[in-house]
Amino acid sequence: MKVSGSSWDVERIRKDFPILHEEVHGKPLVYLDNAATSQKPHVVIEALVDYYAKRNSNVHRGLHLLSERATEAYEEARARIQRFLNAAHSREIIFVRGATEGINLVAQTYGRRAVGAGDEVVITALEHHSNIVPWQMLCEEKHGTLRVVPINDAGKVDVEAYEAMLGERTRLVAIAHVSNALGTILPVQRMIEAAHQRDIPVLVDGAQAAPHLRVDVQALGCDFYTFSGHKTYGPTGIGVLYGKTALLEQMPPFHGGGDMIKSVSFEKTVYNDLPYKFEAGTPHVAGAVGLGAALGYLEDLRLDRIAAYEHELLVYATDRLSALPGVRLIGTARDKAAVLSFVVEGVHAHDVGTILDLEGIAVRAGHHCAMPVMTRFDIAATTRASLALYNTYEEIDRLIDGLGKVREVFG
Amino acid sequence: MSDLRELYQQVILDHNRKPRNFRTLTSATGRAEGYNPLCGDRVTVEVALEDGVIRDIGFQGSGCAISKASASMMTAALKGKTVSAAEETFGRFRTMLTENGSDGEVAGRLDKLAVFAGVREFPSRIKCATLPWHTVHAALAGKTEPVTTE
Repeated sequence: MKVSGSSWDVERIRKDFPILHEEVHGKPLVYLDNAATSQKPHVVIEALVDYYAKRNSNVHRGLHLLSERATEAYEEARARIQRFLNAAHSREIIFVRGATEGINLVAQTYGRRAVGAGDEVVITALEHHSNIVPWQMLCEEKHGTLRVVPINDAGKVDVEAYEAMLGERTRLVAIAHVSNALGTILPVQRMIEAAHQRDIPVLVDGAQAAPHLRVDVQALGCDFYTFSGHKTYGPTGIGVLYGKTALLEQMPPFHGGGDMIKSVSFEKTVYNDLPYKFEAGTPHVAGAVGLGAALGYLEDLRLDRIAAYEHELLVYATDRLSALPGVRLIGTARDKAAVLSFVVEGVHAHDVGTILDLEGIAVRAGHHCAMPVMTRFDIAATTRASLALYNTYEEIDRLIDGLGKVREVFG
Repeated sequence: MSDLRELYQQVILDHNRKPRNFRTLTSATGRAEGYNPLCGDRVTVEVALEDGVIRDIGFQGSGCAISKASASMMTAALKGKTVSAAEETFGRFRTMLTENGSDGEVAGRLDKLAVFAGVREFPSRIKCATLPWHTVHAALAGKTEPVTTE
């Protein structure tokens, strides 16, 4: 077992996460399924309890004190997210259910106006289904074409092929910041610059990046950025779509309903200003408050330090997994987040997953909502261990021991 | 380790390594494909019926140890059985995997297939064991639509 050389006090951090002290099949939980969802620190759980116990009310409506408190809490969360992403204005922060809804919002509003017959939307071969299917639906409806940038055997995006793919008919680029199935960190800055040279807007799916990397939307220059609260140590059912003011203002609303209007008559409705134009109905106020608390927690720990520690763990886990006979890592790009997808020779990923589960180790086994990635590597499924700021060297050792059990059973 | 051995019994591991009747038939009278979208398991089952009796049966596909062993042992168990006896066995197999307290008697009548009783403790794996059976059910009924577990 290795001990971290950094000043990262992982034992103290683990105390912040109650679920990490649970037992699974009589063994201490080793939670390595963070790319699916992350666990929640006390501050997030308490923020939810505190909101419902002391401030719960509807927002932007009541004249009473509770409604003012709820509205204040909701807008404070928005301001915190603005700082987290370094967005220029809080009106550029739209609350959605998660990254999936963020992408669908852009596809159904911006996309439906911008994409016509013969136009193109460019994505990459490593996208999650949520950054494939909304564009497929749009292209089908508008008779457009979905173009897919290839990846190499390491799982790295072919940037030259991407640049060559941008053309007269490209209306939008939609790319992941970090691949959920392979861990690849995409060169988004360069890809955004290349698109902008042709005045093509870019949406970045940041679901796997926001919990692990510092994101500065102004430095990146992206037009849209979206992420999910639950992968960022926050609650489920809440997420964020960032969009540049100029684009958001041109876009039609996504859903119609209360809160997204200024006035309604049967003849004409006047839509509300940003960001409310995109927030029809009573929002997930508690979720927003919980997400605000999660991002505050990450800011206190500092994302650069989180990234450095997770990288240390990744290097250690990569070395140990690579040394196991019959284990092959899928996704070996140089720039990687702490995701380890692998196949065990002669053993299906689901059998690996079940055996690890019985050892108390939670991993994901399957296609990771990225079936085209599995097809690209000619495999049915992988086992994926995805790490977070609270994982330890000892837990990596437990994973390796668990894989020893797999070998023992399957010979 | 006891739970683990309960699930991955030697017989199951053996059928996974050396599946029986893992082949296509030249004289198939029924054929069906099964798919589990959760894990990507795929199985194709072919049957050759003669006077309501399964004269030959084979399967192809890829999947986890549980689904492969289940398909292999299923083909071994069904060869020579009548269609109605096969359906009856399927019914018992499903009962064993999905209903609590169905152990003793049902498992006893399933003979070798009783080794799958341990799968009941693993809800996420039950469909792996039943996929080949749903597929053979479709092949016997002459259905052409692919069967899925969802």
